[in-house]
Amino acid sequence: MNRVVITGQGSINALGRSVAETQEALREGRCGIGPLEFRDVERLAIRIGGQVRDYDPELHFNRQQIALYDRFTQFTLLSAREAIAQSGLSFAGDLAGRTGVVLGTSGGGLNTQDDNYRSVYEDGKNRVHPFVVPKLMNNAAASHVSMEYNIKGPGFTVATACASSNHAMGLAFQLIRGGAADVMVTGGSEAMLCFGGVKAWEGLRVMSKDACRPFSANRNGMVQGEGAAVYVFENYEHAKARGADIIAEVVGFAMSSDAADIVMPSKQGAARAISGALQDAGITPEQVGYVNAHGTGTAANDKTECAAVADVFGAHADKLMMSSTKSMHGHAIGATGAIELLACTMALRDGVIAPTIGYEEPDPECALDIVPNEAREAKVDVVISNAFAFGGFNAVLALRAV
Amino acid sequence: MDVRTQVIEIIAEQAMMEVGDVKPEMSLEDLGIDSLALVESIFAIEEAFDISVPFNANDPNASDFDISSVEAIVAAVQGLVDKK
Repeated sequence: MNRVVITGQGSINALGRSVAETQEALREGRCGIGPLEFRDVERLAIRIGGQVRDYDPELHFNRQQIALYDRFTQFTLLSAREAIAQSGLSFAGDLAGRTGVVLGTSGGGLNTQDDNYRSVYEDGKNRVHPFVVPKLMNNAAASHVSMEYNIKGPGFTVATACASSNHAMGLAFQLIRGGAADVMVTGGSEAMLCFGGVKAWEGLRVMSKDACRPFSANRNGMVQGEGAAVYVFENYEHAKARGADIIAEVVGFAMSSDAADIVMPSKQGAARAISGALQDAGITPEQVGYVNAHGTGTAANDKTECAAVADVFGAHADKLMMSSTKSMHGHAIGATGAIELLACTMALRDGVIAPTIGYEEPDPECALDIVPNEAREAKVDVVISNAFAFGGFNAVLALRAV
Repeated sequence: MDVRTQVIEIIAEQAMMEVGDVKPEMSLEDLGIDSLALVESIFAIEEAFDISVPFNANDPNASDFDISSVEAIVAAVQGLVDKK
């Protein structure tokens, strides 16, 4: 089986327009959550989110591209540009066919749907732009990455709600490990912060009106975010042969299904994904130094996740660090695992553990070291990243320092 | 139709019970109403009475809206309807 390494990373999210900006914000424990700005926001009960503010598509794309690229595709392309540039790869000849793209998203072109439904239902128009379908489809972002960079191998999109990008990255890892590709462009994107996108979440009554405070006893729900993160996964031998700068190694991945409830998480399902990832990586629980938590800031997730981690790690659960960066960038749904993997590469590469900010009161049911409020310097060799989705689909990745 | 009758009808539908089997002293647990059914009940109540119920599923006991029993829910809805 081939070893798989990360040789490029790129991102845009509420914390920054690049990996460097994002990781600086994670180190500083900066909060990217604030008042939402978009049409009809005054009709919402929930008016905060981790929005990419002052974003001007015209600075990055021409008019024809904007007509085809939904916001989630734009975020993807900006992140892919940064990641592929860092990798130093260009996809010509045989490598084009040995390279693939698999990305996660939950809502796809939701802004496009929202705008066009409004146009036909509310404004009573009977004609929509000819590119509505190719703009809103969930695979649009992956397809544009393929076209932009001449990537001719496996290409598809994964939609498993809040675990979408972890599933995507896990599959990319497996494709290289199993020999189906040498390079995979992978990660995820989400742009759900529009009237319809937030209104739908409001209905579930799990959203906070003021802040995302994972693991804190006074938490009162999740806060939505948006953005993308994209990585270049590469066969280790391929990367080594060309002298690439290796950011980290992807060593394990596991998926599990709760087979229980459409919204309530399951401790057993989460624990099986976590222990499965360790087993897949051939690492012992004691080797893990940091867990990037799913940590949504809802009572249901945080208690279940802490219990699952305690079950899998036993006594070692009290020694490892676990944080939720959703407190800073919000819950970016189908992109969230990809954005959060930046906290993992930062931990492995720079020895800095991103904090859980907004932590105010200890919760006895979440009695782990959740790195409250301030980043911490620590040398860790192995990290894992959790994602547990609505629908009971769980996906956990394990990474190691190189 | 009065508030009590309407609230009990909504609860009975969510609990998949006959209206006559829903007793004032019953709790949500007695009725077999889980968190998802509770959120749906509150939505139905808001729609039926054109009110806004302060309720966060993360901590159902945190708000002033008392959901400890059928009787409590009826009283809480009545309070919100009176304030309209």
